[in-house]
Amino acid sequence: MTPVKLYTPKPEKVYFFGTCLVDLFYPEAGLDAIRLLEREGIEVLFPEDQTCCGQPAFTSGYQQEARAVAAAQLSLFPESWPIVVPSGSCGGMMRTHYPQLFAGTELEERANEVARRVYELTEFLVHVCHLKLDDRGTPEKVAMHTSCSARREMGLADTGPALLSQLGKVELVEQARAAECCGFGGTFAVRHPEVSAAMVEDKTAAIVEAGAQRFVTSDCGCMMNIGGRFEQQKAPVQGEHIASYLWRRTS
Amino acid sequence: MSEQTSGVYTYSPRQFHRQAHDALGNPQIRANFRKAMDGLMTKRRESFGDWELETLRELGANIRMRALAKLPDLLEQLEANCEANGIKVHWAEDGEQACRIIREICESHGATSVVKGKSMVSEEMHLNAHLEEAGIEALESDLGEYLVQLNEQTPSHIIMPAIHLNTDEISEILHEKTGTERTRDVDTMTAAARSQLRERFMNADVGVSGVNFAVAETGTLCLVENEGNGRMTTTVPPVHVAVTGIEKVVEHLRDVPPLYALLSRSATGQHVTTYFNMISSPRKEGEHDGPKEVHLVLVDNGRSNIYQDDELLDTLRCIRCGACMNHCPVYTRVGGHTYGTTYPGPIGSILSPHLMGLEETKDLPTASSLCGACGEVCPVKIPIPDLLVRLRRESVGEGRGNVPGAGIKRTRKEAAAWKGFQWLATHPAAWRIGTSMAGRFKALMPSKLGVWTEYRTAPKPAATTLHALVKKHQAAKPRVDKSDKERR
Amino acid sequence: MSARDAILKRLRERTDGPLSAPESDFAVVTHRGWSGQERLERFERWIASVHGEVVHTSRKGWTEALARVLADKGVRRLALGKQHPVAAEARQALVDTEVELVDVNRDIEAWQREQFESVDAGLTSTLGGIAETGSLWLWPTPDEPRLISLVPSIHVAVLDADTLEDTLFDVVEKHGWANGMPTNALLISGPSKTADIEQTLAYGVHGPRELVVLLRHASAAPGDEK
Repeated sequence: MTPVKLYTPKPEKVYFFGTCLVDLFYPEAGLDAIRLLEREGIEVLFPEDQTCCGQPAFTSGYQQEARAVAAAQLSLFPESWPIVVPSGSCGGMMRTHYPQLFAGTELEERANEVARRVYELTEFLVHVCHLKLDDRGTPEKVAMHTSCSARREMGLADTGPALLSQLGKVELVEQARAAECCGFGGTFAVRHPEVSAAMVEDKTAAIVEAGAQRFVTSDCGCMMNIGGRFEQQKAPVQGEHIASYLWRRTS
Repeated sequence: MSEQTSGVYTYSPRQFHRQAHDALGNPQIRANFRKAMDGLMTKRRESFGDWELETLRELGANIRMRALAKLPDLLEQLEANCEANGIKVHWAEDGEQACRIIREICESHGATSVVKGKSMVSEEMHLNAHLEEAGIEALESDLGEYLVQLNEQTPSHIIMPAIHLNTDEISEILHEKTGTERTRDVDTMTAAARSQLRERFMNADVGVSGVNFAVAETGTLCLVENEGNGRMTTTVPPVHVAVTGIEKVVEHLRDVPPLYALLSRSATGQHVTTYFNMISSPRKEGEHDGPKEVHLVLVDNGRSNIYQDDELLDTLRCIRCGACMNHCPVYTRVGGHTYGTTYPGPIGSILSPHLMGLEETKDLPTASSLCGACGEVCPVKIPIPDLLVRLRRESVGEGRGNVPGAGIKRTRKEAAAWKGFQWLATHPAAWRIGTSMAGRFKALMPSKLGVWTEYRTAPKPAATTLHALVKKHQAAKPRVDKSDKERR
Repeated sequence: MSARDAILKRLRERTDGPLSAPESDFAVVTHRGWSGQERLERFERWIASVHGEVVHTSRKGWTEALARVLADKGVRRLALGKQHPVAAEARQALVDTEVELVDVNRDIEAWQREQFESVDAGLTSTLGGIAETGSLWLWPTPDEPRLISLVPSIHVAVLDADTLEDTLFDVVEKHGWANGMPTNALLISGPSKTADIEQTLAYGVHGPRELVVLLRHASAAPGDEK
């Protein structure tokens, strides 16, 4: 299931695949991720023609459409640099499902090659950059919500918390049932809105009960969901993408 | 088609949304499931403790894959060995035929009373209703199944059938249906059920059970249980009929210990169940108890169709432990009846479409956030999330078309929306213009975005896209190279 | 075509072609390498965790332990075999006690209600035990039929310490189960139980409420083993 990944030394350059949710709703998170990478002395290449990894169509069963969209992304990374994605969901799509999607097609080899180069952002910061952080923020209690794709599909339950634990003034609190899904699930939230709402309701309650003033996540889908629920409740808990949080507290 | 009845109303997978709505609005149901699932998840985790869980799961998957690879040969071997041991083997194409076979066995013995051990296949084929139509009473003897039957319901979980009921509700059921005095004492209620059911075991003409593993090399039927009702059912009545799906066969006896270890731990977090009952023949000459006749009914009911396809095949690895539902955040919220199928939860959502067709079950493959918890705990490593996506493909007509009802969910409107998405996402210049005028993006989202905002504020497209921000960012500063790494 | 032939034909003429069968590595369910002492401790810990009661005794003095257990539990009618040494020795030891011995070597049809309603306990031998799970291994015989370990409220099982194996897999392999299975083979781990009423454990739902294991050690006297 979780592939064993052998991590390369820190490269000179990386490709950055921003994802459509970041592009459209949380562009600052994308830029902060780029800044974090640049601060490590890495040149960040942002292929201008990137759009979406194709996952929404893929998980909705629209296989041909997903394949067409994914195929368009495959040609964006011609050199052998790692591809950093600030999302476990899109990262999981590219690493796990691209090879399945193109199996038996003429793009199979390229899909496999691209998949091998895909890193989720926190994974890359921890395992390749060996990032060291110097916290300049004020004391705060924070809960981390690791997306299900990062946790299960990519096997990255620990990288987000590992980064947060370097922030000296941040107290990382663990919400009850931390590993349980927040209820986003892409089109699940709109196909089964009531079930999804019950799930996000429990998630926000757990974060509040843990005493967190803020939740941090590495996936914008979860942020949109959990944050949107908090906002509607007019709860004081704020959500932030981990890239922005790390950049903000250490710059 | 097959609909599940209850005292309250009829459950059907077609009504998933309505049933989910009702369950979500029922605090008792919510609390009962949450408490039970939390307990089961904790117990499972603890029970594997120092075990090499991943190695064991690997072996479990491997044993099941081997059995499926040799399935036709193993079924023939099982049949030959059972027959040699004196067990009569029957084959049924579907549930209807299996019901008929069992009814005829009952009738040939003039049976009027059947006692049943837990069998999900018998639920799948609606055996009780079939027998009752023929004037044969079928009584469930597993305590949970007994309670559910008294309450005129169907099981809400494949391992813990009465998990949707709490102590007070059960007390009321026993009082109303059997005259047992109301009590909150579980031992008292259990003792009452014991005495009621013992009388029935003694008087039953036929015992019907399921099978957990059927061993081809020895012709042995293995039953896993805690209560002892399975042993009663398979030992006390003069005739025993075991009914099972054709996929339950394993090759060797030595394949059983790993699967049994996985099953008991995954299902209820027990390191072992109270009884492991292995039946290889009817009562032999000189033996003093046990049934004089044992029958095995092998049921296909869509399984051989699943078997045709390399990807769907994995569905048949299932050993029916229920761990996927115990860990499913959707099942935990809505409970088992909401699915309206014999098998609820993630395994139900990948199995039911084959048994009932996608027309009936089209809402089930989407009733998952694809969080992956089911696949993570599955003791035989069924890639449940991948299979859910596969069935979504079949639903919208972009799969192989080999699942009954394929394409049923495709609508012109939705297909056009995804084609639109495809066009935009493969035309980067248009994408950049489109996203920078973000309002238009809404048109791409599935039509029901409205409901999102019942529970959450709407996501607000940012004033500037990442594309634009990056452009500005790159223009504002010189290219970073190694020498000015500390520039900041 | 019969259902049988039609099903087998579909399975054989599989659309995606024949499947290849993987080999299995069973290392994870064997080779525990426990000492006799470790086996004993594990067996006892696990069977106790599921409400099984272990009474240590010796090969020589075990019937005294049996008599004490029966007296403590108020057993008046005990069902047991005749030929197996366990049954024979028990009969000899109990002949002058209050306990009435109930013969089980008769067809159940002749005494079903009696067995269900007026037998307090069943005594059986065992063929061995499993340390990893705290399980007893029984192959019922005409001398000790299937139901005496199930129907009476108390099941007293006699287990020799030196017959413990590490795992179920070891039992199946070492004792060559695949070469010939009996009518009924049983593993028993504790008394009958259910958690079907709101996850609350209750014992004796259908089968015995109590399981007592008389664990016989080769040499030492009862009470001073280990």
